[in-house]
Amino acid sequence: MNISYIINYFIFIPAIGFLISLLIKDKEGNEKIFARILEVSAGLSLLLSVSFIGYWLFHGMETINLKELTLYKTHNYEFVVDFFFDATTATYLLVGSMITFLVGKYSVYYMHREEGFKRFFTTVLLFFLGYNITIFAGNFETLFIGWEILGITSFLLIAFYRLRYLPVKNAVRVFGIYRIGDVGILMAMWASHHLWHENITFLKLNNYDLVHDHLAGHTWVGVFISLMILIAAAAKSAQLPFSSWLSRAMEGPTPSSAIFYGSLSVHFGVFLLLRTYPFWESQTSMRILIGVLGLFTAIVTESIARVQSNIKSQIAYASVAQIGIMFIEIAFGLKYLVLFHFAGNAFLRTYQLLVSPSTVSYLLRDQFYHYQPKQSSIEDTYSSKLKHALYYMSMKEFYLDVIINKLVFKNIKKLGGYLNLLGIKNILYSFIPFYIISIYIRLNNTFIPDEIIALFPFGFAFFGLLMVLRAFSERHQPRFAWILLFLNHFWVALAISFNDDFDLEEIGIYLSGVIVFGALGYYLLTRLMKLEPNHFSLYQYYGHVKEHQTLSIAFLISCLGLMGFPITYTFIGEDVIYSHIRVNEYYLAFFNASSYIVGGIALVRIYARLFLGNHIKTYHPTPLKTA
Amino acid sequence: MHINLDKEVFPILLRLISNYLDQGISIWHFPIVDKSFLEAIKHIENNSKESLFRTKKAKDLLFENDLSITKLLKLIVGKEECFEHYLFDQQFAHPGWSGMVAVLESNPKLLFDKRKITLNDFIIIELLLEIDVLYDKYDDLWSPLGYKANLESYNLFKEIEDKELFTVYKIWQEAYEWTYYQDVLSGLSYSFNNQNTTINDTSFQAFFCIDDREISLRQHLELVDEKCETFGTPGHYNIVAYYQPDKGKFLTKVCPAPLQPKHVLKEIHKGKTIKRDLHFSRKTHSMFWGFIYSQTLGFLSGLNLFKIMVSPNYSAGTNYSFDHMHKDASLQIEYNPKKQKNKEYQEGFTIEEMTDIVESILRTTGLTENFAKLVYFIGHGASSTNNPYYAGYGCGACSGRPGSANARAAAEMANRSDIRSSLEKRGLKIPNETWFIGGLHDTTRDEVAFYDEELIADNLKNAHQENLAKFQKALVNNAKERARRFDNISLSLNKNKNYELVKKRSLKLFEIRPEYNHATNTLFIVGRRGLTKNLFLDRRAFLNSYDYKQDPTGDLLATILGAGAGVCAGINLEYYFSRVDNHRLGAGSKLPQNIVGLIGVSNGVEGDLRTGLPYQMVEIHDPLRLMTIIEQKPEVVLNVLNNNQNVKQWYANGWMNLTVLDPNTGDFFNYKNEELVPLQIELNSVNSITNIEQICLTSRENLPVSFINKN
Repeated sequence: MNISYIINYFIFIPAIGFLISLLIKDKEGNEKIFARILEVSAGLSLLLSVSFIGYWLFHGMETINLKELTLYKTHNYEFVVDFFFDATTATYLLVGSMITFLVGKYSVYYMHREEGFKRFFTTVLLFFLGYNITIFAGNFETLFIGWEILGITSFLLIAFYRLRYLPVKNAVRVFGIYRIGDVGILMAMWASHHLWHENITFLKLNNYDLVHDHLAGHTWVGVFISLMILIAAAAKSAQLPFSSWLSRAMEGPTPSSAIFYGSLSVHFGVFLLLRTYPFWESQTSMRILIGVLGLFTAIVTESIARVQSNIKSQIAYASVAQIGIMFIEIAFGLKYLVLFHFAGNAFLRTYQLLVSPSTVSYLLRDQFYHYQPKQSSIEDTYSSKLKHALYYMSMKEFYLDVIINKLVFKNIKKLGGYLNLLGIKNILYSFIPFYIISIYIRLNNTFIPDEIIALFPFGFAFFGLLMVLRAFSERHQPRFAWILLFLNHFWVALAISFNDDFDLEEIGIYLSGVIVFGALGYYLLTRLMKLEPNHFSLYQYYGHVKEHQTLSIAFLISCLGLMGFPITYTFIGEDVIYSHIRVNEYYLAFFNASSYIVGGIALVRIYARLFLGNHIKTYHPTPLKTA
Repeated sequence: MHINLDKEVFPILLRLISNYLDQGISIWHFPIVDKSFLEAIKHIENNSKESLFRTKKAKDLLFENDLSITKLLKLIVGKEECFEHYLFDQQFAHPGWSGMVAVLESNPKLLFDKRKITLNDFIIIELLLEIDVLYDKYDDLWSPLGYKANLESYNLFKEIEDKELFTVYKIWQEAYEWTYYQDVLSGLSYSFNNQNTTINDTSFQAFFCIDDREISLRQHLELVDEKCETFGTPGHYNIVAYYQPDKGKFLTKVCPAPLQPKHVLKEIHKGKTIKRDLHFSRKTHSMFWGFIYSQTLGFLSGLNLFKIMVSPNYSAGTNYSFDHMHKDASLQIEYNPKKQKNKEYQEGFTIEEMTDIVESILRTTGLTENFAKLVYFIGHGASSTNNPYYAGYGCGACSGRPGSANARAAAEMANRSDIRSSLEKRGLKIPNETWFIGGLHDTTRDEVAFYDEELIADNLKNAHQENLAKFQKALVNNAKERARRFDNISLSLNKNKNYELVKKRSLKLFEIRPEYNHATNTLFIVGRRGLTKNLFLDRRAFLNSYDYKQDPTGDLLATILGAGAGVCAGINLEYYFSRVDNHRLGAGSKLPQNIVGLIGVSNGVEGDLRTGLPYQMVEIHDPLRLMTIIEQKPEVVLNVLNNNQNVKQWYANGWMNLTVLDPNTGDFFNYKNEELVPLQIELNSVNSITNIEQICLTSRENLPVSFINKN
């Protein structure tokens, strides 16, 4: 009996739950309905997964691959949604459904009467959908869909208390780090297009000879892909140097911290490595690198965990240290141990986070009866100079936060700052004629030599990046930043169009979403500007969601559309674009990838600054910034 | 170039202070804890390869001999007239930590693991860190911040001008308050004119705490047994002491927080065991043990999660009121100089002291004759799970602890023949056959436990058994009355099922509202029970029994107000302020909160400590100031106030309202401008009901003051 079609249900159930949840009105009386939808979706998933996995275990545990549907196809490109099922999927499915079900069940009580009840349950359902898509993904493209959903839902859940400064600030930060990870996947996808000349399925990666043959001639491509996968995995699993985001993500209601950061979301780096294991298993250097990264992370985060005086960050860092060990286990090829370790760690940290409010009564009681004045720790055996230095280093989280901030975000801002001369007028006045001329050249080139034409894509992609950098540093006019981000896509399209076999239809696919959502976003910004002329810039957080809820949701969707989130064809276009970047055009890939990261962050920032954070108006109680 | 000092300084400053003060969360505690905060930091700076500061200049400042706030302010602010304003803004940017430091400076005993911290040290470090950031960013190229400030435009310490808006606010608040007070006074007046005659052959007498959560139980008890009599007195039963449970390494205060006890009450309990739970073990956070635990204990956690969901049960995270003092334990109440071990506090009480305690309980409440055969002294506590605010649910008169030890000790004292004879010498005769029994009422679970029941004389055992059944019935009714406030319990649910659901709330890991505590408290009534016995007050009043006839001088009233006014005002104002601005004076939502150093909670991992009460505790509270109503002659009350400045300031400064009911005439007098003036108020007709259950079915909102007409 072929039961592989059942896999579809694991996607449908949360998807339907999410859609129903979206349609139900947000009012206090409906609380129970939202909770019930999550409960039923996760419960059904759980039941189904138990029976499915049971059946599967007794029928040979064969790896299943299910070619689902082709979303887009041209003569040399195909975007296929493909599903895959093996022991890794099984473990993640079981743990994920169980924890989501439990947390859903608890949240009914926990979230009772909390403002944003609908938002919470709907976002958790969307997260659950992203989770299932990711673990069932049979190729990078499908995985990327799920991956993007996980990224945006994480942002929304961290910023759940959207009218407070710290959750919003941290959500933007975490989103930035996720975005860096996403680039790893994009680049890995790009390089593997060229390695395999198709959208390779994970099933085929299991074919040792095939992988071996392909890699034989392209060692560097192989190493590059593996490295990109590792960057994606490290960012998602809070390994070095990204470790500091995890504790900062503990801003939402306790159950959401529990599912996201304690247990499920943070183990996706491990998942990615397990999923691509056959690809890099024969690359010894890669295995060493993974192991060493895991080891360093474990040591560093362990020291940080030891000095934490608040319970949530202690659990977060302890969890990261365990994930570091999982990286080591993977490097040694101990696949099943990793799965076991993952499940145990996920449950343990979920439980610890959920009962974390009990810590006070428990530890105080424990101390009341068992107090010993000076408890020595192993560090007491070190010399005091070393001990104190290590303590301060751990307390300062080994400067990890500062490093990421300085290395990435400050530099981007600086680069953008150099471009301050680019004002709205000179960009528009130069862009339109320049663009038209370029299109003309593209279509009827007779007079420019090919060698110079070959430089065009480079130049255009660079212009695109400049737009994005400028948008990132723009503070005064949100609409200008928006236009820049919008135009970036046109430069990218133009750059790619100079590559040989790129046709108009593909450009159309790519720009369709951009145009629609770009226009919508611009309209919404204009509206907001008219409504709030005195509170409209990117210098600070304005919290306009308090008064303009619908506008806020619509603008969030526009941002998603413009950043290539899988709600429009632009998402596929993004992938099509990469398939047209030749393997030696790494600069083009690099520029595009940079635009992708910075553009995404800039968009989320525009949204956050205008709509989230402490509300600028104070006719109602507002929290302190430090609250 | 623009700079955000707060953003640069807070992360490190708040982490530093919380690590230093941490009471036991971190595995590796702050390296130097036996020195003061500033000295500890200096010591580490001298002995470390890594500095707290980014620049050498800031570090050098730390070691200058004349290091002081003023000196640092001169450097960073420059202009002297801005100093106060700067400090104010700086400290009120993180009021939680600044407040905590200030409290710990004045009361270091609050910590188990002692630390030497002063606000001065804390501010010095904060200023140094700010200066450090400035040096780091601009080297020497910065000028003191004060030179750019324009103080004229906004002076924080200027006398506040009286604006029309404030007058409007004031009128609005008073109208809001008096709308309710008017109903209450009308009810009291009606009740005053329709008092039942005293009960003959009282079946039993029961004392409860003045707590607003006890009044409904008292009423239900009186409705179940018309012959019983109940009294209200602060739940520490006049025992001003620390309590030390067996095997406990510390003392815990069981009297109103402002009092400084000289005694300690010790529990003796041989077979005591303290449960431990590996989930809270710090070991799970270490690399190696974490590896082992996550693969063993981790799966157990998964099972546990399911188990708790199916049947919530007592767990390590439960704070269970009956754990405070074990039923099988005993208390060392008598002072024995030979056995005295504690160097600071006297262990137990002398005969003289015990006589004072019992006398005061009985005299202030007016029970000096007509003793029943059984008299119950009942303390109260609360149970909840996964709740960092558990102490806020306990007995305010016992510093947030359950009142079991106090009630039990007071009952034991009252039963002693030596105390009774010494009481008799003071003119207070307790009949020989009267027996006192201590007990504890759990306000969340609505359960009662009684202590030393085996000591009850055989001829009274039956009566006690009968009383138990009455208590049980009253508790079930009480749970029903309370449950109308819980959104997720149906109003029409039958009593017994309702009772089970109410009990479960205390065990559920995710029940944010195990009970509503003091929410809705608005009244403090000092007078005879007859005034309120048939009045349905919707659990909004603190009731202190007091018989004006036995207190012509007002001395007893002074005692009552001395203990009660502060406790009630403290509770009422905490709710008031947490409700009016929940974000800044309260603690905001409870859901994202994180435990910091076992001394506070914050949002997420970077936030300041939260102050006040969370939204979920005050959401049903109306911010009304407490109205105190005293049944006594106005001139006596005025005299008491003028002789007790500590009590008077609450009323004179408008933190609470005061109305006096003259027992001779039934007229009300209102305290205004330090005078008691006849109250000009039109009394309403009083809502009349036949039973409590019926009115409770009508709404989840506040219910009108009503008179219970049983027939």
